[in-house]
Amino acid sequence: MPFELETAANRENLRRVAIDPVSRVEGHGKVTLLLDEAGIVQEARLHIVEFRGFEAFIQGRPYWEVPVMVQRLCGICPVSHHLVAAKALDRVVGAVPVTPTAEKMRRLMHYGQILQSHALHFFHLASPDLLFGFDSEVGRRNIVGVAQAHPDIARQGVLLRKFGQEVIRATAGKRIHGTAAVPGGINRHLAPEDRELLQGQADQMVAWSRAAVDLARRLHETDPALYDRFGRFDSGLMSLVRADGALELYDGHLRLRDAAGTVVVDGVADQDYARLITEEVKPWSYMKFPYVTALGPEAGWYKVGPLARVQNCDFIPTPLAEAERQSFLAYSGRAVQHAPLAYHWARMIEMLHAAEVIRDLLPDPDLLAGETMAGGPRRQEGVGIIEAPRGTLIHHYQVGDDDLVTWCNLIVSTTHNNQAMNEAVRRVARQYLDGKTLTEGLLNHIEVAIRAFDPCLSCATHALGDMPLAVELRDAAGDLVDRRVRDG
Amino acid sequence: MSASHGRPKKGSLPPGGTAHSAKGAQTSATFLLDGQPVPFDEGQTILEAARAAGHYIPHLCWHPDFPPHGSCKLCIVKVAGRHVSSCAMPAKDGWEVESNTPEMNGERRALLQMLFVEGNHFCPSCEKSGNCQLQALAYDLEMTTPRFNHFFPDRPVDATHPDVLLDFNRCIFCELCVRASRDQDGKGVFALTNRGIHKHLVVNAESGCLGDTDFSKDDAAAHICPVGVILEKRVGFAVPIGQRKYDARPIRVVAMEEDKP
Repeated sequence: MPFELETAANRENLRRVAIDPVSRVEGHGKVTLLLDEAGIVQEARLHIVEFRGFEAFIQGRPYWEVPVMVQRLCGICPVSHHLVAAKALDRVVGAVPVTPTAEKMRRLMHYGQILQSHALHFFHLASPDLLFGFDSEVGRRNIVGVAQAHPDIARQGVLLRKFGQEVIRATAGKRIHGTAAVPGGINRHLAPEDRELLQGQADQMVAWSRAAVDLARRLHETDPALYDRFGRFDSGLMSLVRADGALELYDGHLRLRDAAGTVVVDGVADQDYARLITEEVKPWSYMKFPYVTALGPEAGWYKVGPLARVQNCDFIPTPLAEAERQSFLAYSGRAVQHAPLAYHWARMIEMLHAAEVIRDLLPDPDLLAGETMAGGPRRQEGVGIIEAPRGTLIHHYQVGDDDLVTWCNLIVSTTHNNQAMNEAVRRVARQYLDGKTLTEGLLNHIEVAIRAFDPCLSCATHALGDMPLAVELRDAAGDLVDRRVRDG
Repeated sequence: MSASHGRPKKGSLPPGGTAHSAKGAQTSATFLLDGQPVPFDEGQTILEAARAAGHYIPHLCWHPDFPPHGSCKLCIVKVAGRHVSSCAMPAKDGWEVESNTPEMNGERRALLQMLFVEGNHFCPSCEKSGNCQLQALAYDLEMTTPRFNHFFPDRPVDATHPDVLLDFNRCIFCELCVRASRDQDGKGVFALTNRGIHKHLVVNAESGCLGDTDFSKDDAAAHICPVGVILEKRVGFAVPIGQRKYDARPIRVVAMEEDKP
């Protein structure tokens, strides 16, 4: 087996401990640990137990329905699915590029989504662990506890999220599950009264986002032994970047850095993603394991999301966030920061960037007027890639001459992080659990590691049909006796 | 026939009906609808007379351009202790008709619930959302749950026509498209086949495909579907949710405004 602690040798003799469900994440997952008599962890797995089925039931539906339907994958980042589906289908209707109005409305919507999701994750889901301690009293380890102990922090978190939701409402038509992005463009302009409302709050949101970055940095500076070591593992980093190397969350090309920080793949157009990535299936999880094809499954896995993006880009194109990025890089001596808990810090830098982008975009006259739709020669196929709050999100559709979707592939952010999250779980298990009496507080350490990635487990399990399965029978010495494979 | 595109033609009436005019009526015949006097002309149905007097009675299969069909039963009212379809029942002088009552609306709600579970009605991703009479009635009659077990029928879509998509999942068998294609377009593109639980909408072509008929997106039948079966292709969500026909005002208000000159 290529990965340490993925599969134990003598599973039947081991004691099983399950964390089920993993709490304060989106969707349902569980962790199973197998321990020997001395309490040493022999196997640790993050399982995704939920099942969605979108790739199958999108087939046979008209393409113009897809951006609205597919966003139902998720109630947390529906905007990301909505926009990336529209981007993929822009290709099908020949709208390359879309009009400036469409591009800017979608961009504004997307950065609103980034802001609200990052605020939700940091303040509501993660901050109780970070502010009170991983093994603090469980009854207090929630947003209500935060509101009692740190009312200002909780209030800013709630209002930052609300602002992001208002940006989404103003651009998408609804706070969740809007309908504004359509294949070929957008179906509305920004209302002047909404612009006024948002502009009135934009500076405050930038200020509060700066305070949030400050909080995340102080956490690291106060306890570097914990924050820099906890669950740390090295891996590649993948994300979109702009043509000039800038951080870019709505549209760009794919870049991969290795664990040491060297750019190994760059300039991969979104339409060519399939040449870069392969998805591997393992029998114990509904979630696939993607890897960079050229590097193979053992060396080719990577991290996505804020920690990858902030270090994968060459710069952030807004000044306050770029200054914070420089401070982030300086903290680790400009070596690549791989500590899972640094995800929180990077996430807050991105939230600040999103607040700056929204503030700077709002005065743009194209939002209030201008052509909304474009079109061109019809194509049979389209790929869209976007940087969703949790990382790189890929939608790929094939559409027949009769306008019905014939095939679809979705690789969502959390799926890219599957191996990475499993690695973090195993490192934490080794660091904190071995030989100990397992308490709730100790087990929460495992969840803290998972939460750092802000996984969306419901989005990540969308396949339906015969899952490709490989079953291996091995004897006591571990030698392969029989192997059966079912292709998907 | 002229292509009316499914909008009510002012003054048009079913065969046998007589033109009603509140001022010029020779008759003083009236019935009481939920206690309110409603004048009518001889031969006029309860629903038509109520509508002419500004009272809305819910309906799905009834349409001012066509004779009463009496299949959806949403226009059910209580007269002399009996439940009758107001679209098909001629009004009688002195009747007391109950329509907007908890009892009648409860029956309508149950009928809607049966329609919802019989097909596949997924409003959240349906492009007809906000323009759909079935959805609008369910909101207006406060249907909050499907109550019955869903059938989840397998009804593949027909995308063979270059301009029009048929999504049979949403069909409620009102036969408005059947009637419009036959009586207004003179084509007879649609029909219902089988009976009872096996009833379904079919296309009049050897292949069964809309693409093999002379159906056009300009036909009256292309614009008459009260739900989301007959859809012009590549329109989808061009009009945002929130700016659609029944988004701001309930169907009982919108329907009556359409009758105003």
